Amino acid sequence: MIAYFMDHRDMLLGAFFEHLWLVCETLFLSIVLASILSYILLEHQKASQTVIQVFGAIYSIPSLALFALLIPFFGLGNATAIPVLVAYNQYLLIRNFMTGLTGVDASLVEAAVGMGMNRRQVVTKVRIPLAMPAILSGIRLSIISTTGIATIAATINAGGLGKILLSGLRTMNEEKIAWGTILCVVIALAADLLLKRFERENTLLLNGAGK
Amino acid sequence: MAAVTFKDVYKQFEGMGYPALDHVNIEIAEGEFVTILGSSGCGKTTFIKMINRLYEPDAGEILLFGKQIRDKDPVQLRRRIGYVIQQVGLFPHMTVGENIATIPHILKWDKERINAQVDAMLLLVDLEPQEFKNRYPAQLSGGQQQRIGLARALICDPRIMLLDEPFGAIDAITRENLQNELKRIHTESKKTYIFVTHDIREALKLGTKIMIMNQGQILQYGTPEEVLAHPADGFVEELIQTSGVSESLLKDGDGI
Repeated sequence: MIAYFMDHRDMLLGAFFEHLWLVCETLFLSIVLASILSYILLEHQKASQTVIQVFGAIYSIPSLALFALLIPFFGLGNATAIPVLVAYNQYLLIRNFMTGLTGVDASLVEAAVGMGMNRRQVVTKVRIPLAMPAILSGIRLSIISTTGIATIAATINAGGLGKILLSGLRTMNEEKIAWGTILCVVIALAADLLLKRFERENTLLLNGAGK
Repeated sequence: MAAVTFKDVYKQFEGMGYPALDHVNIEIAEGEFVTILGSSGCGKTTFIKMINRLYEPDAGEILLFGKQIRDKDPVQLRRRIGYVIQQVGLFPHMTVGENIATIPHILKWDKERINAQVDAMLLLVDLEPQEFKNRYPAQLSGGQQQRIGLARALICDPRIMLLDEPFGAIDAITRENLQNELKRIHTESKKTYIFVTHDIREALKLGTKIMIMNQGQILQYGTPEEVLAHPADGFVEELIQTSGVSESLLKDGDGI
């Protein structure tokens, strides 16, 4: 196993960083889009259930099918992979963001509005800090989910660890499959641990245990 | 000039069969401590939430220090009005000092001015600045929290304070102390206070004027002595009798 890694470390590490980059790009775009949508949905809470349901429906489409469906529009490679991965993330992110943002105690919002905060200040100074645990757990879930689904993106030539897994499968190379899997787990686990740490620190802060 | 003027104000919430405010007319002079008394659903909270435009009237006019409030930007308007609610609403992720400085911070006061004012406000509500400034709301008792709520509302030196049952969830002894201090702060500041309560003793003790409301209408507006001596109608009379305060308060004059 180790010997295989040493012999093929350029290929394996290359795929690892390609994968990591795909996850980072996706995550960045997903968070931007989900933040904008959540901000809008805060003002239109009646619509928010519908929007979340629509993204839930998208989330339930098998990724292989969705990649295949979009190839005619965006072609092969990242141009198709990233929009699909971003679309999948919207369900996880918006649902968690909205749960956190709307779960803030109504009396805190009333105090904030009553003292003269404008709409944006209520969101940035009160809702977002208090929704942080839910926001972080949404991001954590979406990293784990993207890391997994992005391997499927190799079928449409998006590269990353999926490429290793696919070629391992084709050639029945168990070591290759094992390393592809391990490196995926490394990304997901590292993100998971890192964000859990943030969550814990944040919870301590929210409970008034000091900075 | 009146601090607050309501001209034929009418408000009915959607899905309610009766109005929350039923053609209300009132003029509150500057410097008064008005206690609004009434049972739940009588319109007293609606009344004060209209002054800082958390609610908008369906009809009628509201003037604050002679100016139409509907012509003002609600956010700017609220920054000039102190607002205290029963649940206090301290932000749990901010220290006591940060909570008190919320609006000065938004208004971009300089650091020294904020610091000095926060200390002054803490002293005003009888809390030691060095001891309390860096604590979090969760580390305070209910009474201390409401003191911070008052400090936060007072920091911009508003000409008018709106208080919605601020001591409703506080134990009797602490409440007594808070009432005394609020009375002292009002007397020193000579600002206009409008204080909603359903506790007649509290209303009589604190108010320079009492406004008694029922079913969206103002039944009586007068000094505590006037209300006790000449109840406007059967409802007011009953309210005073059932609470059993008239005689004791009239006899020893405590708190009036």
